[in-house]
Amino acid sequence: MSQVLAVAEAPVRPPGKPQGRLRRSYDRNWYAWAMVLPTVLVLGVLVMYPLFQGIFQSFTDLTESNAQDVICTKTLGGGEECRDNPKSSEFVGLKNYVDLLSGARGSFWLQLTNTLVWTLACVSLHYGFGLGLAVMLNRKMRGRGLYRALLIVPWAVPGFVAAFGWKFLFNPRFGLINQGLVNLGFEPVEWFNHRWTALFAAICTNAWLGIPFMMVAILGGLQSINGDLYEAAAIDGASPWQRFKYITMPGLRPVSSTVILLGTIWTFNMFPIIYFVTGGEPAGQSEILVTGAYRAAFEGLRNYSLAATYGVLILSILIVFASAYRRMLKNQGEVF
Amino acid sequence: MADFTPAEAIKSAATEGAAPQDRRPAAGRRQGERSPLASVALHGTLMFATLCALFPMLWILLSSFKPANRIQASEITLIDNPTFENYRAVLFDTPFPTWFLNSVIVAVFTMIIGITMSATCGYALSRFNFAGKRGLMWVFLITQMFPVAILIVPIYTIMANLGLINTKLSLIIAYCTVAVPFCAWMLRGYFDTIPRELDEAAALDGLGPFRTFYRIILPLARPGLAVTAFYTFLTAWGEVAYAIAFMQTRDNLTLGAGLQQFVPQFNPQWHLLTAGSVLILIPAIIVFFFAQKHLVAGLTAGGTKG
Repeated sequence: MSQVLAVAEAPVRPPGKPQGRLRRSYDRNWYAWAMVLPTVLVLGVLVMYPLFQGIFQSFTDLTESNAQDVICTKTLGGGEECRDNPKSSEFVGLKNYVDLLSGARGSFWLQLTNTLVWTLACVSLHYGFGLGLAVMLNRKMRGRGLYRALLIVPWAVPGFVAAFGWKFLFNPRFGLINQGLVNLGFEPVEWFNHRWTALFAAICTNAWLGIPFMMVAILGGLQSINGDLYEAAAIDGASPWQRFKYITMPGLRPVSSTVILLGTIWTFNMFPIIYFVTGGEPAGQSEILVTGAYRAAFEGLRNYSLAATYGVLILSILIVFASAYRRMLKNQGEVF
Repeated sequence: MADFTPAEAIKSAATEGAAPQDRRPAAGRRQGERSPLASVALHGTLMFATLCALFPMLWILLSSFKPANRIQASEITLIDNPTFENYRAVLFDTPFPTWFLNSVIVAVFTMIIGITMSATCGYALSRFNFAGKRGLMWVFLITQMFPVAILIVPIYTIMANLGLINTKLSLIIAYCTVAVPFCAWMLRGYFDTIPRELDEAAALDGLGPFRTFYRIILPLARPGLAVTAFYTFLTAWGEVAYAIAFMQTRDNLTLGAGLQQFVPQFNPQWHLLTAGSVLILIPAIIVFFFAQKHLVAGLTAGGTKG
C-alpha cells in the first residue's frame, strides 16, 4: 500500500505547488533547523567566539604579562585587594601586522618561504607516489590485498610517533641514515645544522606519513572509473599512456581535486612533524608559519597577540588559496 | 521501491567503496598481456615500496629490544642482546601508562561528543534544503582550514579564565572545535549514500523526521558512524599542539607530550622512546588492519561527495 501512495506522492513533492511551497518549506525548515541546532551551538561557542576573540587579540598588544585586567593581592587579614592592572593590554591597531610583515618581529617571510616549500614538496610527493602506487595496486595480481594492507601501515602511525621515529633515523650521531651513508662511503650529514637538510628530513617524514592516505583515496577513485572505457580504448588502439592520460586522469578529477585541496590545507597547518623532527633547528630557520605562531604564543615571554596575528594571516592565505582553487575548478567545468 | 529492504541498503552502503576491487572486470583481461618482465617490475616496485613503508617502524621495533647503552651504538646491528628491559622500564618506572590512559579518555570523549553533536546535522544537510544551509557548509569547509594558531590562543585564555587549564576537559573541548564540523561533514557524505526513498516510505508510514532519522537512517548508517568515529578518535589521539600547551603537570600529559619528555635536547632516552612508540603502535595497527576496508570506503564516500 505504501508503494502505491509513494508513486502518487512522489511527483508532487520536489518542486511543490506554489501555494503549498511556503508552508512546506516552513515545516521542513523547522525540522532541519532543530537538527542542525546542536552543531551550530557547538560551532558558535567553541569556534566562532574564540575566532572573533582571536581576531580581536591580533589588534592588541596582549602578552603573558598584561593578560590580566585586574591585579589581586592577598592582604594580611586574609582578604583580597584588587585594582586595575595599569599595564593591561591595549588596542594597538595594525601594529602587529606591520611588525610581522615588515620583519620587525618574528621572521614571517622566512617561515612563509619554508611553508610554501614544505607544502609544495609534501603535496606533490604525496600525490605523485600515491597515484603511482594506486595505479599499480589497481591491477589484478597476486598478493594485491597484502600489498595494500602493508602499504597503509604508516597511516595508522600517529604523527608524533612517526616524527620521533624519523628523528631517531636521522640522528646525526647514531641514526641509521647516517650509518648507511658512512657504510656507502659518504660523509655523514649533520641533518639539523642546516635549514634545507632539516626541512628535507621533515619532508621525508611527512611524505612517508601522508602517501598512504592519497594512495587509498586515489585507489577509490580509480575503482569508480568504468572498466568499459579502457576496453573501448584498447579496441581503438590506444596505448597505455594514452589510456592513462585520457581515461584515468579525467576519471580521477573529482577525487584528485578534493584530496589535493584537503592535502594542501592539512600540510600547510601540519604542526607535529616540524615541531618534533626539526624543532626549528638551526635557530628557528626550519620553522613553518604554524610552528612559528605556536612558539610565539607558548615559548619565552608568551606573546599571545603576535600569535593571533600569525593565525589571522595563515587563515587569510588559506581562504584565498581555497577560493582561487575552487574558481579554477569551476572554470574547468568542475563543480566542487 | 517496495523491494528495497534495509538489508540491501546496508549492503549497498557498505559496498559503496568497501570492496570495490571486484568492480573492474576489464583489469582481469590485462593480466594475460603482462610480460614476465613487467610482472617482475611491478612486484619489485611494490615490494620496495612496502619495505619503505614498513622499515622505519620495524627499525623502531628492533631498536626497542636493544639494551639502553647499545641503542646509540654507531654500528648497524639488527639484533643486539635482546631484552625486555626497556618495556619494563617504560611500563613501571615512568608515567607512560597514565599518559596512555589520558590519551584514551580524551580521544574517546571527543569521539562521542563529536558524533552525537553532529549526527542530526549531517542528516539535515543531506536531506533538507533550508535557509542557511550553504552558509553552514561553508563554515564547515573553513573550519577545516583553521590553523591551530588561530584558535589555540583564544581557547587557552578562555580556559585559563575558567580555571580549566591542565584538565582533560579543556583538551576535549578544544578537540571538539575540529571534531564536530568534521563529523558533520563526513556523516553527510554517508547519509547521501542511503536512498531517499527510505525516508519517503517512513514518512508515509507516519514517522516524523526525527523518528525517521533515529529508527531508519541511523541504524543503516552504522558503518559510516563507525568510520567517522574512528577517524575522530585517531585525530584526537595524534594531536599534540593543544596537548602540550594545555597540560602542565607530568601526570596529566597525553602520549604526544609525554613521549617528548623521554627525548629532551640533552640526554635523550631513546630506549624509552622506542619501547613507548611500539606500545602505542600495536593497538593502532591491529585496529587498522581489521578496519582498513571500511576506512577506505568511508573516506571516498565522505570526500568525493563533499
